[in-house]
Amino acid sequence: MLNHLTRLQTLTQAIVERAVLRPDQPAVIFIHDDGREETITAAQFHARAAGYAQALQSIGVQPEDLVVLVLKHSQTLLYAFWGAMYLGAIGSIFPFLTEKLDAQIYMERVRELVTHSRARAVITFPEFKTELSELLKTADCTVLSTEDVPEVTDATDLAEVGWPAYDGEKIAFLQHSSGTTGLQKGVALSHRAVLNQIQAYQRAIDLQSEDVIVSWLPLYHDMGLIAGFVLPLVAGVLLVLMSPFKWVRDPKVMFHAIHRHRGTLCWLPNFAYNHCARVIRSCDVDGVDLSSMRAFINCSEPVFSESHQIFLEKFAVHGVRPEALSTCYAMAENTFAVTQFPVGQTPTLDWVHTRTLQEQRRALPVEPASAGSTPMVSCGFPISGTEICILDDNGLQLPERHIGEVALRSNCMLSGYYRRPDLTAQAMRDGWYCTGDMGYIANTELYITGRKKDLIIHGGKNIYPQDLEAIANTIPGITPGRSVAFGLMDKSLGSEKIIMVCELENRNPSEEELHTIEMELRKRIVQRSEVALADVRLVGKRWLIKTSSGKIARAANREKYLREFLGENHP
Amino acid sequence: MGEFTTEIVATLSDYITTHIIKRPQFKLNADEALISSGLIDSFHLVDLAVFIEQTFGVHIDDTELTPEHFDSVSQLAEIIRQRKS
Repeated sequence: MLNHLTRLQTLTQAIVERAVLRPDQPAVIFIHDDGREETITAAQFHARAAGYAQALQSIGVQPEDLVVLVLKHSQTLLYAFWGAMYLGAIGSIFPFLTEKLDAQIYMERVRELVTHSRARAVITFPEFKTELSELLKTADCTVLSTEDVPEVTDATDLAEVGWPAYDGEKIAFLQHSSGTTGLQKGVALSHRAVLNQIQAYQRAIDLQSEDVIVSWLPLYHDMGLIAGFVLPLVAGVLLVLMSPFKWVRDPKVMFHAIHRHRGTLCWLPNFAYNHCARVIRSCDVDGVDLSSMRAFINCSEPVFSESHQIFLEKFAVHGVRPEALSTCYAMAENTFAVTQFPVGQTPTLDWVHTRTLQEQRRALPVEPASAGSTPMVSCGFPISGTEICILDDNGLQLPERHIGEVALRSNCMLSGYYRRPDLTAQAMRDGWYCTGDMGYIANTELYITGRKKDLIIHGGKNIYPQDLEAIANTIPGITPGRSVAFGLMDKSLGSEKIIMVCELENRNPSEEELHTIEMELRKRIVQRSEVALADVRLVGKRWLIKTSSGKIARAANREKYLREFLGENHP
Repeated sequence: MGEFTTEIVATLSDYITTHIIKRPQFKLNADEALISSGLIDSFHLVDLAVFIEQTFGVHIDDTELTPEHFDSVSQLAEIIRQRKS
């Protein structure tokens, strides 16, 4: 039976109660990169989280203090996150350093986050303790090494940690999106908001106690954090968890995990459908049975019908059914899901007239697959407690089938951007949160058509073009302030690829000079933002189009790039 | 560089510039960093491993898809040559 959430005040209560009532129930099966599996029972999970709570308390962390977790995808991260919450402190998961990122710049980012959000503690691995302590010595922040955390194995004395008697309106944790811009916006979510989301969402997907959630998603992103971690733990459903780094290099591991554990639910960004279909060979999944899957839920990037098609064509023989390909529209500001298509039914395909969609911002229904039509995939219906509407540029609500900005209000919304009331105020309009996504509603179902902001979604991650342009400004040879970054849909990738066009200072550069500048730009971008650019074009002065107010016009420059370099004429 | 290695380098460079960078005129130096330079992302790295297995019959394990194992066309060609012999 699923946990009853209505009487709960805090998320931690759900974890502690499960440890008491069903101590031996497996809570998480953690799959290591070498394939080794470790089962963590509800009691063990609780005990280890309690160890972190104790360690944080011993260094003086108080309820409502912010605790930043600088930890890689590991069991440690799971316990540290809940440990902070046990204390009533606010956990925030910082994406971990990878081999591609420049370590010094990475540490500087941690320092910036700690300073501007006034974090009280950082939990990290022993190898980072000295460096981070040095870096944070002027901040009022203590660095806790995972080495110094007591291993609590006996969870019998549960009263010791109990559960904090805080009311549900207190902030439970923060979610950040990536990049310099994203770090300014820590989405603060209350216990009540997260509990409301979980309650509404488990109804939307008809979650059952026998469900098995399989996930490789990173925990610093809302889809991984909520659907692939907090939801199963709080609802009391088994979670099979593996590393995103392992999955991207060897995506078959997820299918093998589904097969072994009879997985039923899994959330994937659109690109993952293409990635699996492209690189998993039949011999890699010989005898693998995926028929236990109730739903592969496409979420966090625009959903493409072609991506579902190629996934289905390849894996139908393994038992993937068309009605198991579901969709969801989600964002951290609503904790996670905003809409969900009913699980077990194939999402509606709305065939609309392409030109009317692009030029008149209306979704005119036409005969399926007729000439000049586009199939739009439904993201489903609002989950209970969440309302959506479509707004025009003046903030007025638009009728069905008119394209505008998607706005929402709900009982699971952010409390605000952490310590940034200015940014919170900017995003709200008469109690509605303006998402920045463009779309329309038809028969109460939501369809997403694009974005109002120039945000790029690459491989499920939000990338702010201004962050990349700022990096280009630091490259010798590129004219400062004369670079543009934009996304371009790559159908084979199933995601947007990232392009940069930069104006050069030198009017007659040699081939060699051009090559050096391009390589330097690529390298600096990957080291600072982990993004690999799909294409770089170095152009002469005044190539870039600016708006009347003197800003670089990203959309206009994208059209110019398509025309000049790819010979494409886009409307 | 032996003749066989030169051939592998040419095949790999051609695949990378045509299918990954998608600019056949791109002058890819055999010693140029591929992964740490941001020329190839994680998704295309897996495509490259699949291409190598199909073309040369050499398996590159997913754990080897990091700059510590190889970061240039010549290093990758050397791994392929060793495993072929």
